[in-house]
Amino acid sequence: MSAGSSRTGRSLLLLAPLLLFLVGFFVWPLISMMSQAVSDPAVLRLLPRSAEVLADWDRASPPTMPMQAALMEDLKAVDDDQALGDMVRRLNSARSGFRTLMAKTTSALDDTVSPPADLVSIDQRWERPEFWLAIADALSPYTDRNLLAAVDLGRNAAGSIEHLPADQSVNRVILVRTFWIAALVTFACACIGFPYAIIAASLTGWKRDLMLGAVLLPLWTSLLVRTAAWFILLQEQGLINDLLRWLRIIDAPLPLIFNRTGVIIAMTHVLLPFMVLPIYSVLITIPKNLMPAAASLGAPPWRAFLRVLLPLSLRGVASGSLLVFISAIGYYITPALIGGPGDQMISSIIAFYATGSANWGMAGALGVVLLVATLLLYSVYARLSADEPGRR
Amino acid sequence: MPMKLAKTAFAALTILFLVAPLIAILPLAFTSSVILTYPVPSWSLRWFEELFTADAWRRAIVNSLIIGTGTTLLATVLGTAASLGLRNRLLFFRGSMRTLFLLPMVVPAVVLGVGMQVLLAGFGLTNSYAGVIIAHTVVAVPFVVVSVTGALAGIDERVELAAQSLGASPATVFRRVTLPLAMPGVLSGAVLAFATSLDEVVLTLFVAGPNQRTLARQMFSSIRENISPAIAAAAFLFIAATVVIGLVVVLSRSMLAKRR
Repeated sequence: MSAGSSRTGRSLLLLAPLLLFLVGFFVWPLISMMSQAVSDPAVLRLLPRSAEVLADWDRASPPTMPMQAALMEDLKAVDDDQALGDMVRRLNSARSGFRTLMAKTTSALDDTVSPPADLVSIDQRWERPEFWLAIADALSPYTDRNLLAAVDLGRNAAGSIEHLPADQSVNRVILVRTFWIAALVTFACACIGFPYAIIAASLTGWKRDLMLGAVLLPLWTSLLVRTAAWFILLQEQGLINDLLRWLRIIDAPLPLIFNRTGVIIAMTHVLLPFMVLPIYSVLITIPKNLMPAAASLGAPPWRAFLRVLLPLSLRGVASGSLLVFISAIGYYITPALIGGPGDQMISSIIAFYATGSANWGMAGALGVVLLVATLLLYSVYARLSADEPGRR
Repeated sequence: MPMKLAKTAFAALTILFLVAPLIAILPLAFTSSVILTYPVPSWSLRWFEELFTADAWRRAIVNSLIIGTGTTLLATVLGTAASLGLRNRLLFFRGSMRTLFLLPMVVPAVVLGVGMQVLLAGFGLTNSYAGVIIAHTVVAVPFVVVSVTGALAGIDERVELAAQSLGASPATVFRRVTLPLAMPGVLSGAVLAFATSLDEVVLTLFVAGPNQRTLARQMFSSIRENISPAIAAAAFLFIAATVVIGLVVVLSRSMLAKRR
């Protein structure tokens, strides 16, 4: 028994470094991304005193003197202009008018010669509960605003969830586009990959090696190189347009790059191996004599295919399709280089929010949407491939 | 017969679709022109010269080698140790740990990139080699785990038991029996880790500063901003490296197969 427990101890010791590494640099980053999506510290950070006083407010009556005094104290203590800007932006998005109100208030508070007695004397709007309500709501360190906005939902003044107006509804378009492009690529891969795998599995010797090698070579080649290759092939003066013009099929060059056609072609090329290999690995486990047996029983080839080969290989097609779809929805490089502005997928939008506009909340919220979609599909895929009889 | 012809034609066309783009880019590496189009006016090595002399490209190549080496070392050590630990079938949570080790392959790079940038900024590790190596190791380690676990599964445990019964200590059994038998898997895992680091763009975009621009990152931005045949020359290097890497893996696999 002691030998067994020392072996367990040794195994744990061997596993610990990678486990700690991945918890620290894989799980934790994902958690901090998710917490970016729901955290909302811009207002609470600057208004700690107001937060204490506002907790006792009934959310309907006009502001009391202690509330005004606390807010004045907080605003006077602010010395970080950028943090102030963040807070005003946050409040203004909850209730328009805050930008001018805050500008007026802070400049009045800077007046040390004749300091204002209270906030209402600076601006009448401070008497209205709506503005205080907006502050009170923004004081919570957590928000579902970004997550709702990621799917084009928002809260109205009463706090219930509703659709955002059409001019703010951009994310749903991008989500639908992402899934649509991924579905088209999956379909194209299945249409090419399934017959290709059937042919490869039916061959032997060098012919089979050639067909498999043709799949493995692109898989091994750098994604950037493949994308660069398609960039060169698809451009206006590229080989494809030259060839078509030389063959007199077209007169003017076809627009193949910076549009949807180019993205689908390049992504199909990149992801085709992920379709062919799972289907192939299922097909080679199917006994070779089944199709001749069906034929000897009088089934025409199409019928033998529909009733014998297709049902037996369906699991390969399903896991190949899931693999392609999962990879496709997270794609960034190929749409960014080959696509136009109308072909950018969710990853590009996340990258834009994160690096372009430093809106970590929205980047995190869209990241959560993509992560959840990916993990859900992956769990289906894992179950599908765990059921493989050959694996057990 | 027409059926057979159709099959052959379909297979040939698909092979063309898969392989032709990779071949088409190669001759353009040797063009003397400044634009990436056919026909090539005359042959020259000027773009390779550009690659090795222009400051941006040269630094990118050096950075890729530094980061690739660091990633390979870290990922191989962590992944090999963990794969050895995973051999213990009595271990609690063995399945979920394996899933965790493979998950970085599944999670979209942009999602991981956003989280990694937030986290590394907290540690003050953005714009540092250490940060980029850590990020690359996260996505490279699954390849090492898959490769080494595969090699370890092929070892007949009776060989180790025999060594043990002949009086070898656990450390000696590991050093003289287990490790040599697993070596081909470790090697191909290391090669895959290096290849992953070499090709990684998205995480690099998020965590690397201008001083850690890798070759892949440099290719990405030059395709985006000012495309030139230097891209084709870099692609040529990548493809040449791929062929070498492929040969190493095939050789180590056949070594593994022979040992079994």
